[in-house]
Amino acid sequence: MTTTPSALHGSSPGSSPDSGSPPGPGQPPDSLLDVRRVSLAFDGIHALDDVSFEVRRGEVCALIGPNGAGKSSMLNVVSGLYAAQQGEVRFEGQVLSGARELSRRGIARTFQNIALFRGMTVLENVALGSDFRARSTFLEQALRVGRAPREERRARDEAEVIIQLLDIAGHRDDVVGRLPYGLQKRVELARALSARPKLLLLDEPMAGMTFDEKRDMCRYLMDAHEKLGTTLVLIEHDLGVVMDLSDHVIVLDYGRKIADGSPEAVRADAAVVRAYVGSFET
Amino acid sequence: MSFFLEVLIGGLLAGVMYSMVAIGFVLIYKASGVFNFAQGAMVLFAALTFVSITERGVPFALALVITLAAMFALAIAVERAVLRPLVNAPPLSLFLATLGLAYVLEGLAQTVWGTQVHGLDLGISDAPIGAGAVSVSRFDLFAAATAASLVGGLGALFRWTRAGVALRAVADDPLAAIAVGIDLRRLWAIVWGAAGVVALVAGLLWGARVGVQFSLSLVVLKALPVLIIGGFSSIAGAIAGGLVVGASEKLAEVYVGPLVNGGIETWFPYVLALGFLLVKPAGLFGERSIERV
Repeated sequence: MTTTPSALHGSSPGSSPDSGSPPGPGQPPDSLLDVRRVSLAFDGIHALDDVSFEVRRGEVCALIGPNGAGKSSMLNVVSGLYAAQQGEVRFEGQVLSGARELSRRGIARTFQNIALFRGMTVLENVALGSDFRARSTFLEQALRVGRAPREERRARDEAEVIIQLLDIAGHRDDVVGRLPYGLQKRVELARALSARPKLLLLDEPMAGMTFDEKRDMCRYLMDAHEKLGTTLVLIEHDLGVVMDLSDHVIVLDYGRKIADGSPEAVRADAAVVRAYVGSFET
Repeated sequence: MSFFLEVLIGGLLAGVMYSMVAIGFVLIYKASGVFNFAQGAMVLFAALTFVSITERGVPFALALVITLAAMFALAIAVERAVLRPLVNAPPLSLFLATLGLAYVLEGLAQTVWGTQVHGLDLGISDAPIGAGAVSVSRFDLFAAATAASLVGGLGALFRWTRAGVALRAVADDPLAAIAVGIDLRRLWAIVWGAAGVVALVAGLLWGARVGVQFSLSLVVLKALPVLIIGGFSSIAGAIAGGLVVGASEKLAEVYVGPLVNGGIETWFPYVLALGFLLVKPAGLFGERSIERV
């Protein structure tokens, strides 16, 4: 494997991309997510150390790195579950502040250990994904008048579109807790997509899946990306999947960004190879 | 036989009153996963506020509105001052916070309104009305009907409104609820407000029965076996548990009591609850937690 670090785009040429420098000049105007010099520590352990990167609108961006590299922490900072001690996260140029406004701003996410409403049906779960759009008042809902019935119908219609897209129509009325794992992962994706997010954050969408399930999941992700125009940021361990799916790969190791560029460039990067000795044989 | 029926019906009606207190617990438990020890204090606070206002010559309906407003103000204050700072704290911390809240509420209510016992007359007589050979207390019937309509109303609200869906969602998975943009703070305020309404109705019914006084806050202890038998997270369970406790304690008092010189009504529900803990720890309607490892 050859090392051609200068091929990395998005950062100044050098032996290794400098994670400490602020986003370089000539920032593209279509930047959707802009993470600026984020640091996060738990009791003195640096989970994230001065990490900066950008995700462009319409991109599929993979966040990779060995276990404990800070990938999930990064996603949790972006989605407002963790508050970074330093740095900021901008979405469409505006600083993001906390999980409460996330869905309203157009960001949805899935979790590594599936977070679904296990006692509810697939349809209810998916419809809840767009719940934040509802504007009707408590009274309208209680009496089922005014905007409430219309909103409920719309939420169900939209949920139905996503359910068709992800081929889970056959399980529409099944209780989620009783579905097999791979299907639950897909329902979680459906719920996230029903919010019609501009940016979708996926924490290991294919973890623990069989080969066939992974292949299906890849297809659904690409469908969402192409048909709904969703920008994706995903954490994934299967490097074969990463190289196939993504336009942009960011590598973290020990809380620092060690590479950032196209899949080909990252694959060839010396620092990445060191962090991942031998793991490209997938 | 008619005597047995009379005891049974009397017990079931009393059980409805237990259910009402238990429902307040269930609402809060579902929304914030905490056993709200202050529910009894909220019952006392509501009843004492209502009685003291009416004693100052305020008409019944207006006093009811004022007390309701006070309970909602309390709910918002609790969300701000207790729940919000303790987000992500372990459940035990939250439980201890509600224990503290109970003392604050009891102290506050008695500082403002005094500690004497107040009589409360809702204008419904306790005279028995008969149907064939069975006669039951008019007041018990009234209380049961009130409780039933309150439960029905709450059930409908939480069935049809987004707040209700949100409540089920949060009970299922708080993290997922945050991820879909459910506003936990707002939901907590709504749920504590609803628990306040339940506390007010329970306080008025119990207060009319035994007088409005400090011991009202002890109905919390009677709700415990109800919750254990019915399950902590189910409104239907709270109703069933209340009925079981009410009926069984009255039947036990009448039929078993004489064999052991009486007085078993006070402790029988706890023994029953202990039995349930051994046989069906999640209660009749509680969720068994099955974890995939």
